[in-house]
Amino acid sequence: MSAAASARPLTTAVPSNEPNADPPQRSTAMYRLEHVTKEYRGKRTVTALKDVTLEIPAGQHVAIQGPTGGGKSTLLQMLGALDRPTSGRVVLGEAELSHLPDAKLAGVRAAQLGFVFQGFNLIPTLSAQENVEAALAPLGVAAAERTRRAGEALAAVGLADRAGHVPGELSGGQQQRVAIARALVKEPEVLLADEPTGALDEGTRDEILELLEGIRRDRGLTLVVVTHDSAVARRAERRLHLMDGVVTER
Amino acid sequence: MFFTFLRRELAGRRRQTAIVAIGMALAIALVMIVNAVSTGMRDAQAEVLQSVYGVGTDLTVTATPAAPGDGGADGGPQRFEFDAGDGQTADGSTALSQSRLAAGPGSQTFDAAALDTVQGLDGVEAAAATLSLENVTFSGELPAMSQDQGGTDVQTAPGGDGAPPQGGFDGAGGSAFDVDRVTVLGIDPAGAAVGPLSAAAVDEGRGLEASDAGRAVAVLDASYAASAGLAVGDAIELGGTDFEIVGTVVSTSADATTASNAYVPLDLAQSLSGQEGKVSDVYVQAASADRIDAVQSAIEEALPDTTVSTQSDLAAQVSGSLGSASALISNLGLWVSIAVLAAAFLTAVLFTIQGVTRRTREFGTLKAIGWRNRRIVGQVAGESLVQGLIGGAAGLVVGLAGIWVVNLLGLTLGGSAGGGFTAGGPGAMPGADASAGAPAGGATGPFSAASQTATDVVLSAPVTVGVIAVAIGLAVLGGLLAGAVGGWRAARLRPAEALRSVG
Ligand SMILES: Nc1ncnc2c1ncn2[C@@H]1O[C@H](COP(=O)(O)OP(=O)(O)O)[C@@H](O)[C@H]1O
Ligand SMILES: [Mg+2]
Repeated sequence: MSAAASARPLTTAVPSNEPNADPPQRSTAMYRLEHVTKEYRGKRTVTALKDVTLEIPAGQHVAIQGPTGGGKSTLLQMLGALDRPTSGRVVLGEAELSHLPDAKLAGVRAAQLGFVFQGFNLIPTLSAQENVEAALAPLGVAAAERTRRAGEALAAVGLADRAGHVPGELSGGQQQRVAIARALVKEPEVLLADEPTGALDEGTRDEILELLEGIRRDRGLTLVVVTHDSAVARRAERRLHLMDGVVTER
Repeated sequence: MFFTFLRRELAGRRRQTAIVAIGMALAIALVMIVNAVSTGMRDAQAEVLQSVYGVGTDLTVTATPAAPGDGGADGGPQRFEFDAGDGQTADGSTALSQSRLAAGPGSQTFDAAALDTVQGLDGVEAAAATLSLENVTFSGELPAMSQDQGGTDVQTAPGGDGAPPQGGFDGAGGSAFDVDRVTVLGIDPAGAAVGPLSAAAVDEGRGLEASDAGRAVAVLDASYAASAGLAVGDAIELGGTDFEIVGTVVSTSADATTASNAYVPLDLAQSLSGQEGKVSDVYVQAASADRIDAVQSAIEEALPDTTVSTQSDLAAQVSGSLGSASALISNLGLWVSIAVLAAAFLTAVLFTIQGVTRRTREFGTLKAIGWRNRRIVGQVAGESLVQGLIGGAAGLVVGLAGIWVVNLLGLTLGGSAGGGFTAGGPGAMPGADASAGAPAGGATGPFSAASQTATDVVLSAPVTVGVIAVAIGLAVLGGLLAGAVGGWRAARLRPAEALRSVG
């Protein structure tokens, strides 16, 4: 028995379920959704996504529009590894999210995905700096490194001078910038935003959009933005429409 | 991150932290105080027992009370008889005084041979016998009896044309009597150092010595001697015999009187009380603690007519305010502590659950940015634990302050143990005042103080390592309980909660 013969099955047998094992292949699809259906079972079963099949290439800027209750947030949960579909497959890069256990999903979220929310979702008791550092905590980054990277991320969103402020001391636009810094500090592959400008006035909205687009351009991120605002959606490369759980291209 | 977040949360949510901590603090302080006070009560009970039964007494042997009917004969009222020639007459009054020594009320005697029997048993380290007696002195004044002044004339015709009555204690024909009771314990001066006097120390003069056997010498309880105005060198009349006071003793436990007012040699006590060859109590010290039960059954077998009591039997007999306070603390105190503790734990748990519910979106967000359940549960548990510890520290301070106040108050608890040591009966006999019919004043005075041998113990609530351990343990327990419930709730939150709309 040769060494090569015994080594070969070993290398192929190791499943590449560690999402960061290989550098992501940005040229190919970032997301592949195949026949994804999501039902919420309760007194009345709601089918929030109906047999959705979708591919999102790496680096694309996608806007998802549609009426309230159409399933936008549910789709974002599938993309964001926050929940599993009732049936169908969700593949992010090499990882099949629909079959990963909770702890692994948390690992994917920690390493690869950045979230921006309509309500900013900062931790009210933590300073801007600490809120950003919170994103690095699950990655096991050492304290000094955390401080440095969080400081850089805050500087990148123009808030270097507000690092010590708690969210209550910041304006809506500034809070959303902190949230963007928190999403970016881990250097994710994908940025997912749910109505990121929904709670902001028009002037601030444009600032935030320009910030997000600039970051996507600079870093080659995949950006998925859920919005009901057509002005926001128009800036995307691709627009999807979600109504009654069914996706259509615009 | 853990400590930063922990600090920020506790500082940022001061109201919740304060409420949980205050609840825990009050409960822990209460538990500490109840715990310390009940330890103090136990110590006080032990002190009462010790002052009566002596240090190192494991078992006492007493006669099994006889059936009701003939039981009270020993301690019952006795008759004082005065002959015509008794007393001293001066100024038209006759002063009479007689003392009698008899078995103390409620105590029964048995053959002194029991002591030899007990001493001969296996596992008996030492034994001593005592005879518990009570000396009753009847003294008073009455009008002088003369031949030309027939007693009946005065009684039946007070308003007649005879001369107005004279003499007596009020100079108007009245009479007054004092009944003075003194508890007397006959002890073997050469006997073993077990028994009541082992918990007493000589205050003045000396104690009883082997050479005192058969001699009319007495040792008095120091506080009794003080209240009766007696000192070493004076004489005390017991059973019609003058005893020389050779010493006084004090209890080795603070603020307690000793078992008896007076201590006299056993043989004299026996002969003067007509209890030749009899004793009322045998005090037994076992060779080791684990042999107490065996010795108890051996004595019961050897002496079937006696009752053998252990220290815990005796503890149950501690009566008076100490007995009731002790019962109160051990029952009410325990249940109140449990109730308050349960309320504090419940408060901590409910506030933690409420906090987690309020922070649903916050925890959802942390999960969304990749925090694992473990980290979130740890964070919630850590917050609760620290709240509990803050409460514990505050409770420790409040509890120690409370214990300090209890000790500062110096609550005095009266306790008495054993049947023969507290004097009962009426305090005084008002004189028969023929003309005025008013009770004679002054007759009640010295009596009650003189015959009261109950033990007063100042309650001291000790701060033990146990008390402090209980406080810290409860704080940790409360914190962990709240943290476990809160953490479990937080773990169940879906990460998708992060996407819940603001409104
Ligand atoms: N956790 C849930 N439990 C039950 N039904 C839900 C849940 N989340 C969403 N839904 C339902 O699924 C449908 C899609 O909701 P959602 O994805 O939030 O739509 P959108 O974001 O487009 O407003 C709606 O009918 C909504 O009521
Ligand atoms: Mg929505």
